[in-house]
Amino acid sequence: MTDASASSGHLSTGAADPLTPVLTENWADERAWKLTNYERRGGYAALRKALEMDSADVVTLVKDSGLRGRGGAGFPTGMKWGFIPQDNPKPKYLVVNADESEPGTCKDIPLMMASPHTLVEGVIISAYAIRSNFAFIYVRGEVLHVVRRLQQAVREAYSAGYAGKNILGTGYDLEIIVHAGAGAYICGEETALLDSLEGRRGQPRLRPPFPAVAGLYASPTVINNVESIASVPCIVDRGTGWFTSMGTEKSKGMTIYSLSGHVAKPGQFEAPLGITLRRLLDLAGGIREGHQLKFWTPGGSSTPMLTAEHLDVPLDYEAVAAAKSMLGTKALQCFDETTSVVRTVLRWTEFYKHESCGKCTPCREGTWWLVQILKRMEAGHGQEGDIEKLLDLCDNILGRSFCALGDGATSPITSAINYFRDEFEAAMHTPAWELFPYERSTIFVREPVGVGA
Amino acid sequence: MSELVEPPPPEARDGHAGGDVASEELIGHGHFTTHFDEPSLDYSVTDTKITEQTREEMRQIAARYPQRRSALLPMLHLVQSVEGRVTPAGIEACAEILDISAADVSGVATFYTMYKRRPVGEYHVGVCTTALCAIVGGDEVYAALQDHLEIGNDETTTDGKITLEHIECNAACDLAPVMMVNWEFFDNITPEIAIDVVDQLRAGEQVTATRGARVCTWKEAERVLAGFSDSRADEGPTSAPESVLGLRIARERGWAAPPVPERRHAQPAVAKEGT
Repeated sequence: MTDASASSGHLSTGAADPLTPVLTENWADERAWKLTNYERRGGYAALRKALEMDSADVVTLVKDSGLRGRGGAGFPTGMKWGFIPQDNPKPKYLVVNADESEPGTCKDIPLMMASPHTLVEGVIISAYAIRSNFAFIYVRGEVLHVVRRLQQAVREAYSAGYAGKNILGTGYDLEIIVHAGAGAYICGEETALLDSLEGRRGQPRLRPPFPAVAGLYASPTVINNVESIASVPCIVDRGTGWFTSMGTEKSKGMTIYSLSGHVAKPGQFEAPLGITLRRLLDLAGGIREGHQLKFWTPGGSSTPMLTAEHLDVPLDYEAVAAAKSMLGTKALQCFDETTSVVRTVLRWTEFYKHESCGKCTPCREGTWWLVQILKRMEAGHGQEGDIEKLLDLCDNILGRSFCALGDGATSPITSAINYFRDEFEAAMHTPAWELFPYERSTIFVREPVGVGA
Repeated sequence: MSELVEPPPPEARDGHAGGDVASEELIGHGHFTTHFDEPSLDYSVTDTKITEQTREEMRQIAARYPQRRSALLPMLHLVQSVEGRVTPAGIEACAEILDISAADVSGVATFYTMYKRRPVGEYHVGVCTTALCAIVGGDEVYAALQDHLEIGNDETTTDGKITLEHIECNAACDLAPVMMVNWEFFDNITPEIAIDVVDQLRAGEQVTATRGARVCTWKEAERVLAGFSDSRADEGPTSAPESVLGLRIARERGWAAPPVPERRHAQPAVAKEGT
């Protein structure tokens, strides 16, 4: 915030530039995934530096950086590490949550595809910080090439002496396993992930005990998102002052924003926390030509949707919460005026129904009923009282489910009814596809003969 | 609450212009199937391709983990790489090696959507129909493939080449609509491109992912997921153009992260690329 050398200081994001590529800086490099190319850019210098520090000092450094979890909840990463009891005789484990599957979220996959060593270096430093000798990267199974690149990066790290026994001659040992999941959104929930990693059905656990005390194999465990762990090397390398010179008061540093949907040029944008959607859309060429923004999610489908009136909300943890949503994964899914809110919400709800693990009744049964109602609404056959029934069901799921999946399932519905109640009322008599002909929402370049029109 | 299960009247279909897969399936087949709705394993199938070699590889996987049961997910991927699906014999082998019950293994195998109880074709084609992909074109891509291949969801063409499935968000939303072939990314897909890709696959031509490697068979892909690497990690690009859009704009405008303050510790010289 005090760095006078940076330009364009007109944003609320301190004095940093509007875009600040750090994690994404090598994504355009030829074969960026190779160890030699990563090292050529200074890769693994942070590991050498960290290994010269005391483990506890690395934890303190990350605490001081203000780094907050980039997987959705925004919990301070260093504080999470600090919860690991160092007097517990059991082994400690580091688990990276690479199960990226929140609808709209698409930042960790390109990171691991382009620069898996950024994550692997972060894994080694983070494991060293919490005094763990065993780390897992739990990556969703449906991304074959990412699994390949991760496997290779870990092998390269072993060969270079960055992993395995006696790392860089320091006496520190670390085993790293790349573990592919098998298709289950719920495994992004940290305790379900742990059950899955133990070879069980991926269902959430009751907390407490929290994973820091009794996680994997009932041992102290830290679980962090890919982007959180990948942010550790640059913090170690460049310092907390550098990191905190980006972002807002309580949301420090840079992060990856993913712009998708009806935008002229969708893609990934790494910026200081606190940039606005207006600014990002401006950089992305705006909403596709001839159209206007109708609604958007700040951080995936589980974060309540917002509208054009929220274009100037700073995209940090506090300001998005003040707008009654959540920063989440910074997955900015944008939909224009051609889009049926009812149809969109139905599709998200079908997702939650499909992905509900079945453990608790409100979520398992509730999502099923929500889908039934929304389906007839899409077809224009909504019935008297359906809107109230939807809200009542949501009220009985939110806060009454075992984990956040149930809560997330209600977000699109309650926020959509809040902003677009008239569309749900129209669903009593008119099909969504008549109100919003679906072919108008597709982004294909249409040949003279239209498809499906 | 009985009114909730009343199917929509037929005009729901008549009034619909196309692309709404969900409602069509609702009318024709109840609703989208989920892993809860799928039939159980076919226990009448007793033939198996699992050999002592497979069992040895299962033991290798189990040995990687601090506790052996953690190996179950990769072991089931290995079963699929050998059997083309999860089989009763595969379940028995996992149970025996991990010293857990077959019911335990079966419970896991039926929880995860990537584990298939019916034989999968040489190529598994998944089209994302979660909200964003569906709306920007995924529904049309999926419908076009169903028409072209003349198969329904989770069905396989008679030549055994293609299994078609609608899939949930695959984390490439800036590249929507997305299609996966054996879990390789085909970005920014259109109905025409999708049909072209499956035609090439059925004709036995080599197809390369947009962001990934030359497409291998589904069984070969499952082997990689089990932890046995192939040699294709170095194929394909670093990123999609969309992934580096922000980076490109930053470079054009001379924007960068703040300069690094002077280093407090003497460190090996770090080559900083100019930005």
